[in-house]
Amino acid sequence: MKKSDPVSATFEQLPALLERDAALIQRGRFLDVDCLLGSTEQGWHVAIRAGRITGMVPAPVLMRSWTFGYRATPEAWTAFWQPMPKAGWHDLLSLTKRGAATLEGDIKPFMTHLQYFKDLLALPRNAGGIA
Amino acid sequence: MTAYIEPMIGRYAHVDIDGTTHRIYFEEAGQGIPLVCLHTAGSDNRQWRYLLADEEFTRHYRIIAFDLPWHGKSNPPANWDGSEYQLTTKRYTQTIRAFCAALDLDKPVVMGCSIGGRIVLNLAIDHASEFRALIGLEAADFQAPWYDTAWLNRPDVHGGEVCAALVSGLVAPQSPPEARMETLWAYKQGGPGVFKGDLYFYRVDGDLRGRTAAIDTTTCPLYLLTGEYDFSCSPEDTVRTASGITGAEVTVMEALGHFPMSENPAQFRRYIAPVLETIKQKHSS
Repeated sequence: MKKSDPVSATFEQLPALLERDAALIQRGRFLDVDCLLGSTEQGWHVAIRAGRITGMVPAPVLMRSWTFGYRATPEAWTAFWQPMPKAGWHDLLSLTKRGAATLEGDIKPFMTHLQYFKDLLALPRNAGGIA
Repeated sequence: MTAYIEPMIGRYAHVDIDGTTHRIYFEEAGQGIPLVCLHTAGSDNRQWRYLLADEEFTRHYRIIAFDLPWHGKSNPPANWDGSEYQLTTKRYTQTIRAFCAALDLDKPVVMGCSIGGRIVLNLAIDHASEFRALIGLEAADFQAPWYDTAWLNRPDVHGGEVCAALVSGLVAPQSPPEARMETLWAYKQGGPGVFKGDLYFYRVDGDLRGRTAAIDTTTCPLYLLTGEYDFSCSPEDTVRTASGITGAEVTVMEALGHFPMSENPAQFRRYIAPVLETIKQKHSS
């Protein structure tokens, strides 16, 4: 099993976890974006419309574009999703600062909806952690 | 039912800072050793409300927390023409000294957090004899940037939302949800460009590397306390800074982040109480 397999399995839960969080969907109601999220070993093309994940397929899809990408190492996601993450592994931007994640592309949608993405990608933490 | 009324009172002081009168809002409680508290960048003195309401501390300390100009209830000065707000090391130092002088404080203790922690180091370098003790929370001579401050003030991104979202990760995950939200609320309320203007001091003008070795802690004791979850001013940044200052006392605070006094007041109390007790004992001996 690749290191990324449990991480990918957790990412696959994101749309369902988001559907259970009406408040987070409401906060993202003005957000429409195609982005690349996932681990450095396995990314996902994620389509978000009005705050909902309307499509999510494993990358790469040939010639599919994305606006911004946020990818972290499998070890970083595993640490990030712990119920009580250790210091330095607890926030998306702490991961980029320490070099365990990359943020690239046109990051304006990410910054405009920064708390949305922080909360979206932390949903597995409150759902029992990594699969 | 009679309302519970908190002990602190709020007033305005007209303070001359470098030839311009500023109407400074401050809250205070208690009596004894003056303890002036400095809020973080982009926030205001509400961060200190738990300290101001602490009966044990206010028995021995006159705790005073003021809003920097442009922050909280301290408006910009009357002659402000709308130009971009920008805090410099010189202006920040002038403001603190002018406020302390205006209130006729006798050798106050100054405790600052984040930019307040950084400026405390500058007070220790240049004005140590004016203070009884200095306490830097989340303080370092320098720390590596982790985002572009241009995001904090642009017309196509909501300033309050992005300011709060950026710093939200600096709150430790153990902090009570209500204290976390209250801490972030102040960031959502800051004036446009004020957080960014404060960070001019933090990122550009206030690099104290190479200067802190001049601090004489026998003239004025220096205490540095940093939360383990602060990845902006990390514990390593503080420890590195303190390693070049003879006599500086360092504490890494568990289960706390960048806003210890407001994000988790009970946990912060465990760390600040011994410091305030030590200062009090030195004062009485």
